[in-house]
Amino acid sequence: MKKRSFSNVMLWVGLIFLYLPMLILVIYSFNESRLVTVWAGFSTKWYAELFRDDQIMSAVWMSLRIAFATSCMAVALGTIASFVMVRFHRFPGKTAFSSMMTAPLVMPDVITGLSLLLLFVAMAQMIGFPAERGFLTIWIAHVTFCTAYVAVVVSSRLREMDSSIEEAAMDLGATPLKTFFLITLPVIAPSLIAGWLLSFTLSLDDLVIASFVSGPGSTTLPMVVYSSVRLGVTPKINALATLIILTVSIAAFLAWYMAYRKEQRLREEARAEM
Amino acid sequence: MNLKKFIPSGRTLVIGIPYTWLALFFMAPFALVLKISFSEAEIAIPPYTDVFRYVDDTLSVVLNIGNYIFLTEDDLYIAAYWGSVKIAFFSTLFCLLLGYPMAYAMARADEKTRNILLLLVLLPSWTSFLIRIYAWIGILKNNGLINNLLMGMGIIDQPIIMLNTNFAVYIGIVYAYLPFMVLPLYANLIKMDISLVEAASDLGAPPWKTFLKITLPLSKGGVIAGSMLVFIPVVGEFVIPDLLGGPETLMIGKVLWQEFFNNRDWPIASALAIVMLALLSIPIAWFHRYQAKEMEGES
Repeated sequence: MKKRSFSNVMLWVGLIFLYLPMLILVIYSFNESRLVTVWAGFSTKWYAELFRDDQIMSAVWMSLRIAFATSCMAVALGTIASFVMVRFHRFPGKTAFSSMMTAPLVMPDVITGLSLLLLFVAMAQMIGFPAERGFLTIWIAHVTFCTAYVAVVVSSRLREMDSSIEEAAMDLGATPLKTFFLITLPVIAPSLIAGWLLSFTLSLDDLVIASFVSGPGSTTLPMVVYSSVRLGVTPKINALATLIILTVSIAAFLAWYMAYRKEQRLREEARAEM
Repeated sequence: MNLKKFIPSGRTLVIGIPYTWLALFFMAPFALVLKISFSEAEIAIPPYTDVFRYVDDTLSVVLNIGNYIFLTEDDLYIAAYWGSVKIAFFSTLFCLLLGYPMAYAMARADEKTRNILLLLVLLPSWTSFLIRIYAWIGILKNNGLINNLLMGMGIIDQPIIMLNTNFAVYIGIVYAYLPFMVLPLYANLIKMDISLVEAASDLGAPPWKTFLKITLPLSKGGVIAGSMLVFIPVVGEFVIPDLLGGPETLMIGKVLWQEFFNNRDWPIASALAIVMLALLSIPIAWFHRYQAKEMEGES
């Protein structure tokens, strides 16, 4: 019997609070009327208009490219960083290192954005690089804060990992580098995928930092959405929102289903052995 | 033989790569913000004067503290800092009051439902932040969903003004930041030794007493981490006060944005950022202490 405790009720309240506004967004994306609040019949015309909007489409492409490049670099850097955090117990500057790993998680975006822009301006003045702000500067900015998130995800996996297999490999003569690529990396691989996906969504979602460090001609999707939202509610944005929610839901469901299947397989194997 | 000392070892290299990246792109920029906060605005590219100047072959440093004096003289800035801290404090509290029971119920659910619930709580934060805030505009507007519904039912005949008020800002913040509160609380509560709670109730402690004396103190780490993950970014929040807030909403993130983008006053924006950083340094250090312990696994 399920207990109807206070916390269970709050859990349902919380979930309804989280999902109801998104559900409303989705429903009104199929509304015929331009008014987002009056229902005037089913229509998919806003989707057609969304795909015809060149500005949004080129911003989507820009954002996807930045997010892809960001996630790859952030996973590489974040994995090395979490390895350093978890496995190297003492080295000069460890305190500074670990605060650089945690501070980006909470640093307000306006501060990060402003400080990086000032850096890029000063660098351009002194060494002439980056010559113009755009893809590259947004990429650097996104990699910097995504690395910290990847490090959180990967380090929790790395800590759980049984380090005796690594020790065994090294005892048998494998170099540390070989041990890392043949033993450690396959074990922590699922967390690398999780970190990659997290970076991808964080990069796609960032408005504030990108607004500071971007230049003319490099408009990301959140920048376009922001300027159109400021002008008022438009069903085109609802259509975009629906597509984003749909994509994320499908990806999340697949991830859950794969984990579920794997668990079932393990359970069956365990049962067979008994 | 001495040459070997200058070739970095593998270990140094492994530490050095992420270290250099973060030092260059995360730490060094703060020094620049500090420097520019002491310069003066001027119409040029970039729009500020240089703090270090060469005059007759001597390097002179001209520190202009006028920006900081200006911040204290104008009531707007003090009110904005105060408003940010106040709004961040209360929205953290609301997140905690809603998020704690949620995390508790999730941690006590059976293993299969647990994973689904965790996915359900996290999923909204993987979609777009901006769009989730946008959803509330349609709901809270004067001719929005709530007002239409209430007027349709004849409960009110004048729309209740909700959008562009602090109320809308609170709703937006709790809505957007709730997953960041639930996640660390859940991670903490799931690790808790349930036998302690059972022992307390076996010995006759009422549920509220068991909660106050056992569960809550044991979950302190999760409460701190969750609260800091909400409080610190909310102090500097720009999007939510800009889209949902109104003239009564004074938050420093928005003021900084306007100084930078609308007034193009980079030195004042830098000074605002430095004061905000100083204000947040203690919460950030607090968060760091918890998070570093968590990441290194030393407890």
